[in-house]
Amino acid sequence: MISFFLKRLLLLIPVFLAVSVVIFMIVHLVPGDPIDNLVQINSSPEQKAALAARYGLDKPLYQQYAIWLGKALTGDLGDAIILRRPVSDLIAQNLPHSLSLGALALLFSTVVGIAAGVLAAIYKDSWIDRVTMTLILLGSTVPSFWLGLLLIMLFAVQLGWFPVSGARSWDALILPVLTIGLGGVALVARVTRVAMMETARKDFVMMLHAKGVPPWQIELRHVLRHALLPVVTILSLRIGWILGGAVTVEFVFARPGLGSLLITSLNQRDYPVVQGALLMLAIAVMLGTLLGDIVQAAMDPRVRERIK
Amino acid sequence: MALLSVQDISVSIGVLSPLESVTFEIDKGEILGLVGESGSGKSLTAMCVMGLLPRIGGTITKGAIVFDGRDLTRLPELELRRLRGKRIALISQNPMTSLDPIIRIGAQIDQVSTLHLGLSAEAAKARSLELIAQLRIPEPAAIHRAYPHQLSGGMKQRIVIAMALAADPDLIVADEPTTALDVTIQAQIIQIMAELVRDRGLALMLITHDMGVVAQACDRVVVLYAGRVAEMNVIGEIFAAPKHPYTRELIRCIPRLGQEPGSLKGIPGVVPSIVDYPEGCRFNPRCSDAQALCRERKPALERKSTGLAACHFSEA
Repeated sequence: MISFFLKRLLLLIPVFLAVSVVIFMIVHLVPGDPIDNLVQINSSPEQKAALAARYGLDKPLYQQYAIWLGKALTGDLGDAIILRRPVSDLIAQNLPHSLSLGALALLFSTVVGIAAGVLAAIYKDSWIDRVTMTLILLGSTVPSFWLGLLLIMLFAVQLGWFPVSGARSWDALILPVLTIGLGGVALVARVTRVAMMETARKDFVMMLHAKGVPPWQIELRHVLRHALLPVVTILSLRIGWILGGAVTVEFVFARPGLGSLLITSLNQRDYPVVQGALLMLAIAVMLGTLLGDIVQAAMDPRVRERIK
Repeated sequence: MALLSVQDISVSIGVLSPLESVTFEIDKGEILGLVGESGSGKSLTAMCVMGLLPRIGGTITKGAIVFDGRDLTRLPELELRRLRGKRIALISQNPMTSLDPIIRIGAQIDQVSTLHLGLSAEAAKARSLELIAQLRIPEPAAIHRAYPHQLSGGMKQRIVIAMALAADPDLIVADEPTTALDVTIQAQIIQIMAELVRDRGLALMLITHDMGVVAQACDRVVVLYAGRVAEMNVIGEIFAAPKHPYTRELIRCIPRLGQEPGSLKGIPGVVPSIVDYPEGCRFNPRCSDAQALCRERKPALERKSTGLAACHFSEA
């Protein structure tokens, strides 16, 4: 198990390098120049050149990349051009907000999604199944920014239960978590339901009935365990999505976070921040996938066998 | 009074009626063979006896299944569940897919004795280890810890047998227990089951399409054709003097040593489709002795000189 973990970790190194090249290139392919944003309109080409030299933007791209990657590996992501602060500080300041929002939304999606999927599968074709599936359809089709606005109107403006925006108190988290989490609930519930119904048709389930095992035990101890395998895969892919894809939700709720940091700096062509934030998201996606693989290996002996 | 008495049961699944008036009995210490081609209703009969028919969407429309004095067709599901695995156990067709692939072998056997005998975890484990050893599987402790994919097909089928024995049942329903296995393993498994019947005095309903297996193990045989009983007799009579032309054809199809090459032929024609059973005797389109009567009137299962057969023209 530990050797499997190390092997997977080593495999991430080439992936990380490839991702870093892509991130670096994308930022430089985007039209627009941070120097133009930084200098006054009537400044001379010499002044611009001096600024470019100060940030290393006059060097060839491959040199810029090497310098950037070298420093990034030591934790130094450079200084923000517009915000004029170390990028690592900006990330350290925003990451906890993204993490708490993401972790809670993921937890919410997992618990509620699995519960809804199990209920829908056990009571399939009954009203419980139909109601759950209708809600799931709604949940997966309503765009999150619009859902966020609706939730704000109802629970923050009309009822006044939660703050409209910001991140000053814990209850400001609830509406954003719901907004992001409901899409995940829909996804997880759908996958759980289908996987449970598929597993229920397997021979070994009929054998469990033949052994006289009570149906609830068959559903929860055997069928659900199998159904969770694809759910784990979905969830591990969702980790990166939640951290990076929370952009619109952070925007709607005016919350600090990696997503809003990314959007702000993209608009200002603040290269170092964009690169740093993208790199953090890429790492989150990679760690999420790794975590998913580990959980799956822990749950399924056949996966462990394949690794050896 | 027989341990299990299946009395004139008919089954419907949707608009289809795959079983019609099936009747047979099994006593303690007896191996009853249930023979027929695929689609003859053998596995469905097993489902009926296990009380699992509703799980595949079927219902018993007529008849009774009396087990130890109680009619299973009238028992509530909860009562049936208490019998399943405890007094009536199943050995399924495919050992490869009958075990939960992500749960240890030991836990799957233990489950039966904790559930039905109320054993503690340690006692259940001790019992499982004993059963594994009895089925002549080497290194019981290692097997108890193993996962299904680490075992061969023959091993897995022994584990399924151990699972069936875990709560000390009175009746075992074995649905083609050797079909998925190598020929050399087949004989071993059949021998193990025959010994169990002898040593423990339990009853075994052995479903198979292999007349060789029947000859090797069974005391009595029920021959099913297209959802009806064609013939029922003790093993010696079935092979020495088959009463139904279908049984005769089945026996003719057993390959023998010293047979002329190329002389082994199957039964002409095909098993009729369930949606389009022929009128009268369902075997008549394939029967070499069929007459007008066979196409018009369904033959009743009647007592002959020995055993029972459903044929208008077999001798008394």
